[in-house]
Amino acid sequence: MSIKWLRSNWELYALILPVVAYFIIFHYIPMYGVQIAFKDFIATKGILGSPWVGLKHFERFYHSYYFWRLIKNTLGIGVFQLVVGFPVPILLALMINEVRVKKFKKIVQTVTYAPHFLSTVVLVGILVIFLTPDTGIMNQIVKAFGGQSISFMTEPSWFKSLYVFSGVWQQMGWSSIIYLAALSGVDPQLHEAARVDGASRMQRIWHINLPCILPTIVILLILNTGSILSVGFEKVFLMQNDMNLESSDVFATYVYRSGLLGAQYSFSAAVGFFSNIVNFIIIVAVNFIAKRVGSTSLW
Amino acid sequence: MGDTRGDKLFGIVNTIVLLIILAIVMYPLIFVVSASISNQLAVSSGKMWLFPKEFTLVGYQKVFQNHDILVGYGNTFLYAIVGTSINLVMTVLAAYPLSRRKFAGKNIIMFIMVFTMFFSGGMIPTYLIIKKLGMLNTMWSLVIPNAVAVWNIIIMRTFFQESVPAEVQEAAMIDGCSHTGILMRVMLPLSMPILAVMTLFYCVDHWNSYFSALIYLTDRAKFPLQLILREILIQNQMDKMSGGATSLSEQIMYGQAIKYAVVVVANLPVFLLYPFLQRYFVQGMTIGAIKG
Repeated sequence: MSIKWLRSNWELYALILPVVAYFIIFHYIPMYGVQIAFKDFIATKGILGSPWVGLKHFERFYHSYYFWRLIKNTLGIGVFQLVVGFPVPILLALMINEVRVKKFKKIVQTVTYAPHFLSTVVLVGILVIFLTPDTGIMNQIVKAFGGQSISFMTEPSWFKSLYVFSGVWQQMGWSSIIYLAALSGVDPQLHEAARVDGASRMQRIWHINLPCILPTIVILLILNTGSILSVGFEKVFLMQNDMNLESSDVFATYVYRSGLLGAQYSFSAAVGFFSNIVNFIIIVAVNFIAKRVGSTSLW
Repeated sequence: MGDTRGDKLFGIVNTIVLLIILAIVMYPLIFVVSASISNQLAVSSGKMWLFPKEFTLVGYQKVFQNHDILVGYGNTFLYAIVGTSINLVMTVLAAYPLSRRKFAGKNIIMFIMVFTMFFSGGMIPTYLIIKKLGMLNTMWSLVIPNAVAVWNIIIMRTFFQESVPAEVQEAAMIDGCSHTGILMRVMLPLSMPILAVMTLFYCVDHWNSYFSALIYLTDRAKFPLQLILREILIQNQMDKMSGGATSLSEQIMYGQAIKYAVVVVANLPVFLLYPFLQRYFVQGMTIGAIKG
């Protein structure tokens, strides 16, 4: 790149400057600000002026009652979500791909994509409405079969299932779009050849469609695995209440409670930093494994 | 060559399973809409389970009489419009230079952006920055800290690269067009479908988000709709909402009616747009997925 090139292309830098500035201010300065996890943050002294305390906050967190509970819940929800939530969109895409009546295919797609556009608040709201003790429709069914009304939303043992399955309900259609796109790229000649050789539809799905979308599956698996510990704050927080805290408390909600509500900035920054680091290590490790085992990887 | 018997059976089973999935996905949505225009006694006693019973619009009436909901609605409109405008400008500003074949520093800038998808400073340091910038309790705390999404930049960049012929860009360049000129007069007019997708994605994000508002806003008059919805739907704070009710049971009934009606009202704008934009967003998703 010569001076001459720069002279005639300076505009490119001018255009992208606001975006780079945004990333530095709102993403990299907070990363720099993570140092308060190793300090005792005092508002009047600012981030830089506060005294260093080493790993004090990390030790306190490690020895606290919450440490294992948060790990257990966050990992539990993350793994459960991955195991149930990951295969469903793949199956759905394979099934939609087999539909030959165009109109029906369109309807299935339109309907299953729709819940994606509901807000988390509305989704949890619907959940609450359906699962209301006694009068909610779910409990009316339970009672119709002679069961006892269950207080789903406050019962810790129900939390993870409700979280995961409502997520599947909302996102399965939307997540299947990517696989459907990959399936539309499958060479029809492969199917023709297999048909001539007498392969059934099942066999063709197994031996042609699945291998063709495998790279897409692996990429998304890496991405999903990487976010195992970053179980989103938004939905957990809304579904959480004092009664189910035991199984619903995850890193993000704990950081919110102790940091923003409890004003323990340094301590909760340490908790957040810990979960971010673990998360980052997981995604790098999964990517490494994927690279070794198969040929697909993120980078 | 026709289908074998096994293949036909497969087709039938496939259709049946998909029909069941359709029913499972649609049922809660239909139920909420039906319940919103039904008598709440019929709903809570289980007589209304699919189609509306004893038609009434009392829920909607209460929703539109409710000050908090109306203010929240207005706020959300404002935040969504301002936020989406900022998002679109920032996305285009980033995507155009990154789509150029020759752009010194492209890889570094790309890395700076993508890295933030995998690692972040976390909630607390971000909060402290927002506080320091004096954005707490202002609209800006909702629209600036998430001014652009990396994923959308990648989609946009890919669209610029793949869908706008390089010859057209080069011709404009030779004619003495500046980069800004190319962007404004060549790239953008040719990118309307993807801009529609971006508008939808960003708009829905703003419309549905409550997290930033929860953390950064304290002034009730500035609350977006979703925070008000949270109070009504999840925290059950409806004492003020059921104005005009005389007895306790009437209050409970009104409260129920408001819940269903407000869910419908809150999602109306998005679902009105949905059929028109569906064609585009599938396109948008797939561009990002395959090339990203």
